[in-house]
Amino acid sequence: MFRPLYAALAIALALPAHADQASIAVAANFSAPMKALQPLFEKATGHVMVLSSGATGKFYAQIKNGAPFDVLLAADAETPKRLQREGAALRTQTYAIGKLALWSADPRTLDGSDAVLKANQFKHVAIANPRLAPYGTAAMQVLAKLGLNEAVRDKQVMGENIGQTHQYVASGNAEIGFVALSQIMLDGKLTSGSVWLIPSRYYTPIRQDAALLKHGAGNPAAQALLDFLRTPAAQKLIRGYGYGYDR
Amino acid sequence: MTLSAADLSAITLTLKLAAVTTLLLMLIATPLAWWLTHTHARLRAAVTALVSLPLVLPPTVLGFYLLVLLGPQGQVGQWMLALGLDTLPFSFGGLVVGSVLFSLPFAVQPIANAFAAIGARPFEVAATLRANAWDRFRSVAVPLARPGFITAAVLAFAHTVGEFGVVLMLGGNIPGETRVLSVAIYDHVEAIDYPNAHLLSAGLVLFSFVVLLMLGRYGGHWQKVAT
Repeated sequence: MFRPLYAALAIALALPAHADQASIAVAANFSAPMKALQPLFEKATGHVMVLSSGATGKFYAQIKNGAPFDVLLAADAETPKRLQREGAALRTQTYAIGKLALWSADPRTLDGSDAVLKANQFKHVAIANPRLAPYGTAAMQVLAKLGLNEAVRDKQVMGENIGQTHQYVASGNAEIGFVALSQIMLDGKLTSGSVWLIPSRYYTPIRQDAALLKHGAGNPAAQALLDFLRTPAAQKLIRGYGYGYDR
Repeated sequence: MTLSAADLSAITLTLKLAAVTTLLLMLIATPLAWWLTHTHARLRAAVTALVSLPLVLPPTVLGFYLLVLLGPQGQVGQWMLALGLDTLPFSFGGLVVGSVLFSLPFAVQPIANAFAAIGARPFEVAATLRANAWDRFRSVAVPLARPGFITAAVLAFAHTVGEFGVVLMLGGNIPGETRVLSVAIYDHVEAIDYPNAHLLSAGLVLFSFVVLLMLGRYGGHWQKVAT
């Protein structure tokens, strides 16, 4: 009579040994690919992950103040390094290389080149705040390379992160803007509007690093995720979102 | 530890935004509060709810809708372009529009409460003294509702100084034009520049406390129970 109960209890006690749960803090620009990776990861490993997306700087503050994240997928390489230096992270690895694009929501605005930017015939260009977002730093490097820093100074509007920058362009309030290629690309294709794919020699590569955090040190699911991000299947999906990858 | 020129400009801009917003709000909220406390129109309940919306909506909702509505593809943005005007997002004017809407209930409610507390009696007396509608408003309503006006102005000013979500969505963080104090603090925190974040944040806490202290003293914010 009690046998089904024992069986249920045995299963309940046995499960955690196989399926662990990891809390992952994800930089906003990587949240779409991460949601696509989630089912692949959970199917391949039997582990479960809980995703929180947000700004890397905010995650830094939360992690330093005891937030229970196991892994940080940052928008830069600097924040994970800093956490490691300060003893809050055990190791880091590069999981994607971000690419920058000049984008317009209007399919007729950009012709695949920097002509519109050089002609300076626009009212606003949206840029992620270079103090906060690596994509903003890269955008400033592109403007410097083209010698346009001064010319567009009072046409710049700044998003607090690459998500808000994309929103300024998507709503048409800024005719053009420097966004992450991953925001406007799906399965290797532009989803809408028009674009200038900026050659990578115009800016320092945007290395996005992952950090295994102290909280996740003994968590098999956290380890498994870092390994999973290196698999060909994961890399292929990440590239489809417009990221580069090097090992 | 001293303020940088950029932070100083953010403080000046914030005070300017709060002053312009408060002035406009007093001009808008006074007739609106008068109408709300004297009308029998069926619309009254709907207008009251509409005015109170910013109290319960997340500021990002208001900011997001304003960004879309005032932008070149939005209805209001298209009217402005048709009139040969610039669209409002990314400008000081845009922040004023957002701030006025966001702080509207903070200005309307104290004034409406003050008008309602006067009751009908003083106006009847004034009418028997042959005061016309304008006289009754100016010489009876305004002096009697004075604490309500003070509360409304102080709350509107302080609430605009502390505003964040709407200006973040609508502003574009342009130094001297739309980068206000709260956005500057947010920048410092996100950039892991905690000393400057502390400096501005502590200043804002102190400012807000002093404002509320003054309000308690002169505005009759919460009346003490008579003992």
